[in-house]
Amino acid sequence: MLYFCIVGTRDNPIYELELPTTTSAPPTAAAKEAEHNHLSQFIVHSALDIVEESMWATNQMYLKVVDRFNEHHVSAYVTPSGAKFMLVHDAVGGDVRSFFVDVHELYVKVLLNPFSEINGPINSQLFDVKVRGIARKHL
Amino acid sequence: MQGTPQPRSTGSSMQMQRNKQSGDDIWKNRTDKISAELFALTYGSLVAQLVKDYEEYSEVNTQLDKMGYNIGGRLIEDFIAKSGLTKCGSFADTADTISKVGFKMFLGITPAISNWSADGKEFSLIFDENPLTEFVELPDEAVRELWYSNILCGVLRGALEMVLLQVECTFVSDVLRGDDSTEIRVKLVRVLDEEVPASDE
Repeated sequence: MLYFCIVGTRDNPIYELELPTTTSAPPTAAAKEAEHNHLSQFIVHSALDIVEESMWATNQMYLKVVDRFNEHHVSAYVTPSGAKFMLVHDAVGGDVRSFFVDVHELYVKVLLNPFSEINGPINSQLFDVKVRGIARKHL
Repeated sequence: MQGTPQPRSTGSSMQMQRNKQSGDDIWKNRTDKISAELFALTYGSLVAQLVKDYEEYSEVNTQLDKMGYNIGGRLIEDFIAKSGLTKCGSFADTADTISKVGFKMFLGITPAISNWSADGKEFSLIFDENPLTEFVELPDEAVRELWYSNILCGVLRGALEMVLLQVECTFVSDVLRGDDSTEIRVKLVRVLDEEVPASDE
């Protein structure tokens, strides 16, 4: 179960994406997935404090794994403008850094759209499709 | 560029060759350039601000056209000064000049000319690229009503009026709206007499 979230400078979620992992899900997965969604949001929320602390300790944008919750790992990436990309994932491999970098590029393009607002929600279908493509590619 | 509108001949192809050369040459050597991103972002914030101020998309279209009209009236002077061109022999020549010299000089693109009407008084400009629309995605409510690059229609209208051709310019389709192509329809209304009354816009 992968959960990706972009959080704005006011700790507001700008974009969310859930991706079931490739292993086929058992029939009870639907209830489990719904539970996971709320859980993922809590996980991300509690990790935000840690991200805020660690982002000043380094001049890198990629913060690697900042927090753990049971078997879930939280990786974070902070953009120069203060937006935070949070990924909740299991400990398996997958190129998280490249994922973040590619999404960052997409995010910049969205920001360049004159009709978008900096902390506003990203509703673009195109963005969603592209992020899913990047996730499939790297994770 | 004054000339009585004739049924569209092939224009003089010599003139068209010269136009292309002239346009390319001016673009390469005699124009100052700015960053395309800066230009697109500036135009983008202009449109976004108009949208916030006017709220009605049809009103935004009108305002863009008015702004373009004012720009066109001034731009034509610069155009004639840089290109050194004199009158066009026919409306077909005018169309060709607009595309190969005018657009080339100011935006670095050459829209294709097509869809001539039977009487030779209307044609379409088809844009395969538009430097104004880099990075732009229209919000859902705007998609049906806003012509994002409408300033171009105003510019054409204003510039041609200064050379005594009264035209109507409207967008027919736009890739930003999900259409297959971006197309402006230019229609010659009439050739004006020398005394053009001061426009009250």
